[in-house]
Amino acid sequence: MNPFSYARPTRIDEAISLFGPQSRYIAGGTNLLDLMKENVERPKQLIDITGLPLDSIEETADGGVRIGALVSNADLAWHALIERRYPLLAKAILAGASPQLRNMASTGGNLLQRTRCYYFYDSTVPCNKREPGTGCPARDGLNRMHAILGHSEQCIAVHPSDMCVALAALDAVVHVSGPQGERRVDFRDFHRLPGDEPERDNTLAEGELITAIELPAAGYAEHSAYLKLRDRASYAFALVSVAAALDIDGGVIRSARIALGGVAHKPWRDDAAEASLIGEAAEPPAFDRAAQLLLQGASGFEHNAFKIELARRAIKRALAEAARGTAA
Amino acid sequence: MTEASANADGIAICSITIKLNGEPRTLEVYPWTTLLDMLREQLDLTGTKKGCDHGQCGACTVLLNGKRINACLTLAIMHDGAELTTIEGLASEDGLHPMQTAFVTHDAFQCGYCTPGQICSAIGMVAEGRAQSADDIREQMSGNLCRCGAYPNILAAIEAAMPETRNRVGVFEAGASADGHDGVREVKP
Amino acid sequence: MNHSPVGQPLDRVDGPKKVTGQARYAAEFPEAGLLYGSVVNSRIAKGRIIRIDASAAEAVPGVALVLTHQNRPPVASYDEPYEDDDAGDGSPFRPLYNDRILYSGQPVALVVADNLELARYAGSLVEIEYAAEPHHTDLRARLDTAHQAEVDLPPARGDAAQALSEADIRLDLEYSTPVEHHNPMEPHASTVHYLAGGQLEIHDKTQGVQNCMRYLEGVFGMEGQIRILSPFTGGAFGSGLRPQYQLVLATMAALKLKRSVRVALKRQQMFTFGYRPRSIQRLSVGADSSGRLRALTHQAIGQTSSFEDFTEHEVEWTGMLYDCPNVKLNYQLVPLDVYTPLDMRAPGAAIGVYALECAMDELAYAAGVDPVQLRLSNYSERNQNQDLPYSSKALRECYEQGAERFGWSQRSPEPRSMREGNQLIGWGMATGVWEALQMPASAKARMGGDGKLVVSSATADIGTGTYTVMTQIAASALGLPMERVDFQLGDSSLSTAPLEGGSATVSSVGSAVQQACAGLQQKLLDAVQQMPASAFAGARLEDVDFADGSMTLKADPQQAVELEKIIAAAGELEVEVSIEPGEQRDNYATATHSAVFIEVKVDEALGTVKVSRAVSAIAAGRVINPKTAGNQIVGGVVWGIGMALHEETQMDHNLGRFMNHNLSEYHIPVNADIGEIDVLFVEEHDEVVNQLGSKGVGEIGIVGVAAAVANAIYHATGKRVRGLPITLDKLLQDASE
Repeated sequence: MNPFSYARPTRIDEAISLFGPQSRYIAGGTNLLDLMKENVERPKQLIDITGLPLDSIEETADGGVRIGALVSNADLAWHALIERRYPLLAKAILAGASPQLRNMASTGGNLLQRTRCYYFYDSTVPCNKREPGTGCPARDGLNRMHAILGHSEQCIAVHPSDMCVALAALDAVVHVSGPQGERRVDFRDFHRLPGDEPERDNTLAEGELITAIELPAAGYAEHSAYLKLRDRASYAFALVSVAAALDIDGGVIRSARIALGGVAHKPWRDDAAEASLIGEAAEPPAFDRAAQLLLQGASGFEHNAFKIELARRAIKRALAEAARGTAA
Repeated sequence: MTEASANADGIAICSITIKLNGEPRTLEVYPWTTLLDMLREQLDLTGTKKGCDHGQCGACTVLLNGKRINACLTLAIMHDGAELTTIEGLASEDGLHPMQTAFVTHDAFQCGYCTPGQICSAIGMVAEGRAQSADDIREQMSGNLCRCGAYPNILAAIEAAMPETRNRVGVFEAGASADGHDGVREVKP
Repeated sequence: MNHSPVGQPLDRVDGPKKVTGQARYAAEFPEAGLLYGSVVNSRIAKGRIIRIDASAAEAVPGVALVLTHQNRPPVASYDEPYEDDDAGDGSPFRPLYNDRILYSGQPVALVVADNLELARYAGSLVEIEYAAEPHHTDLRARLDTAHQAEVDLPPARGDAAQALSEADIRLDLEYSTPVEHHNPMEPHASTVHYLAGGQLEIHDKTQGVQNCMRYLEGVFGMEGQIRILSPFTGGAFGSGLRPQYQLVLATMAALKLKRSVRVALKRQQMFTFGYRPRSIQRLSVGADSSGRLRALTHQAIGQTSSFEDFTEHEVEWTGMLYDCPNVKLNYQLVPLDVYTPLDMRAPGAAIGVYALECAMDELAYAAGVDPVQLRLSNYSERNQNQDLPYSSKALRECYEQGAERFGWSQRSPEPRSMREGNQLIGWGMATGVWEALQMPASAKARMGGDGKLVVSSATADIGTGTYTVMTQIAASALGLPMERVDFQLGDSSLSTAPLEGGSATVSSVGSAVQQACAGLQQKLLDAVQQMPASAFAGARLEDVDFADGSMTLKADPQQAVELEKIIAAAGELEVEVSIEPGEQRDNYATATHSAVFIEVKVDEALGTVKVSRAVSAIAAGRVINPKTAGNQIVGGVVWGIGMALHEETQMDHNLGRFMNHNLSEYHIPVNADIGEIDVLFVEEHDEVVNQLGSKGVGEIGIVGVAAAVANAIYHATGKRVRGLPITLDKLLQDASE
């Protein structure tokens, strides 16, 4: 790690005012320090936000839940309200990382995890995300873990989070404070595709701080499933993951949400795919159609083309599991 | 935490106080000193191991305010006032912690390098109170790699030591934060 | 009554130290004023360094030195001093020797500072300009450059080509295995203590303290001035068989600065030296319609570096394991711009037997014979490679008892015939084999006035249980409780021991320990006979017993003398012995064997595989400690599961660089990957292999496991995947939903 200075404000406005050109906020630190040790991140100042009052989980007036940005991943997954009303979120969180990391990592920080692309992490090799303009060796290199949807000439990396896949499916809202004040960002607008600016993972402006995540009332507690496929049974990033949530009435789907992880630079959703399920019987033919729609335009590289078929099967399996009812 | 002095770059060395294995300790640390390096290099508490330094192996697992964390991925400076238990703090005058004893009797290690992390992790897991079956333990101990492959014996040791460990540590109430700002509340075992 | 500790499932004697954090490893020996070194590695695979600018690094406060090939202390310029006990043919790598880059990840500089993190940071500031040259790292793309490996393969027997052409069943198969890295949990590290007189005392992570001592003495011309210590080794699996570059770099820095220096490698740097080489193996199998083997050919092509030839016993097993009249073996190497491979758990056998045992499974299906039955019908009573009988071989019992324990008779032979919901169930098996080696070794036994027996040898305990089993052997020999015996190892000043590897430590060092203790018995008897009015006058060693801390006359058990009293009268007694493998071994082949049975559950649609159950039946002679030996086998099975399903170091051939160089992306099994593992040791009596009758268990546990998993996956899915690891994408192709 390069030398840096350190500050620990106790108020949000104080934290934001401390933020300078090469500052980073730190909470759990599980990804930031990891990257700093590899010289991928080289901040001059760390602003420790763990002293801010952002660690509560509260019900909102409209029946949703507001999660403070500093709530740890473990506490969130095991919170009674989340387990009961948003089991999809609890399951996605518990499918990620390790118990130790989940005890450390914050809710806000989880959104800001950076890709696990090998090339991004190895600061001796080219990478457009790490050093714009140097190239993307993954395109013609080791791309088994990489994107099949929404990738660009410049970058084929994927977002590594499990929690975010569930948050995307649940239509969460991100609360942000920054130099320009507070704003709310719909989850689907929070992360971005790489395009010509792969160095930007999300739409946060310089100095903005995530303060909370809000979940709407609809938690799909009856019919949801999180399916994660990876190279070992635990403690590995997803090749493909699926968050599936259904509202079913008399065997007919009234509302559906599907988000994919491990396939793109952001959790992947498709309105047409979800719409195709509405009014249909919660049966394999409908799931198959939705999978086709979700994966429209998918294209792979030398080592990851299998993900397209894997994702198709995973979507069908997750929808079938959700239709059967949320597993205990 | 107080700023004690600044070096040539204007980087402050800070003084922190932590309760380490029951003893209050005041230490001067650079901002970039990880909790792990503080233990191993500044305090010569080398029982906490460095296997990857990136949160990918679990060898550095310690109990921070009773919860298991990776000491390699957190800065010492962020834990002023915290309570920290390492492998060196588990045994008492009465002898080894039941989890330590079980690891010996079930031969739950070979080279021993992942062992302190496994034991701290296992105690943290028992306190979390979420492991109800062998498969739960396997999953919830998956943050601790053992290259010697002693996993079945680790499982056996944990199963054996679980009841007594539960009696000692109690089980956390859901929602208590890892940094213990609102206190780690124990519920009755 | 003599309760010999040998054969008892005793707890490890070093267990309490390991569970309390008191066991110290190489990077854990403190010293005031210690400096920390951080290694800078090459980013190119081949070429030259044309410029190094260390000024920014040197300007970081606390940096004491930036060491490169331009300012290192003098080192030997001939190959010989660099040729350690595990070196292959060629010219060993010399760290920081000159400007040549031989592989990506090669150490090119060491930054030394008084703070660990600052050393690392300063390392990022060292600017190195390279003149890159085209590199080759892809084995498959360079097969045309293969050369014959310099190994003594057994001569061809019969006429394999002819027999293949006449066989009822003929299979021509190709298997491939990837590069794998040892990745012991403890990264390699060396703490060099610079002593007042300029001598060096070094804590190093190694499987051979004397190997490292001799190497450094030669490389730096420091005969008699170096002592290597390694009381605890956090795993190695072969990675500690050769002195690794951090040892040389730390020594260079200590000599240059005349200060104590520690260099611990980062996990990423654990991918910048030896590894299990990638292999491509072709097997041809000829058999009659009943599956009786008529011909076997096995051709392996492995990778090596541009500067050394790494060879291992990869194909020999195919000529040895089964009765077959026509056999032809071949082994070739392809030099690449990579580091030299390195022995890794069951080197050669792990991959060679994988291919053989998958091929045997393919033959079983081709012949319509049960896989266990096929192996029994091709059972070999002699090692046909050497044309020698086995000193012992209870492999048949392994098949029988393993199958019984597993419930093999319940297996439905057809692929895809067993299922549970979405999961296809598969049962597969394979044979394992490893050599039962013995090397020359020495040991010392000493009994002092405190009545404690101190036994020592410069061997290692890398988690294998050396401390414990040697203590058992010594305690048993002198009839002492375990607590009164102290076994010392991991110190180059102790009695000569071979490298700790190849499953030969019990056989080699254990035999020396036993002989040293036998020598001490004789000295104790001599001493007791010097005591006034000794009841033991005229007695010979066979006339006395050593039990319960006393020497007893067999003919008159009332006549007993406590050993402490003998020592009190005679003073401290000490015996050092050096032993060679017994001549009786020359007329026999010696080997350990196993039969491995595996159950997998494969998600039919998604291709995920779980090894739900494993039974490993082992024939390894006498087992000194079933608890630690069983743990070794369990570990071997876990390794085999990792090899089958998870492990692969991925090389970007454009960059010539391993890219998944961390424990997040180089997957080894986690706890959740491992189901039930049942180990059983079959009875095997062997008076030839060594005086202990014990064959060693470090390697045999892994051999055959990957094949058994692959065979189980075939049984589950009907899909034969011939390249490891078997990841879900390989099962997805053609799998029907």
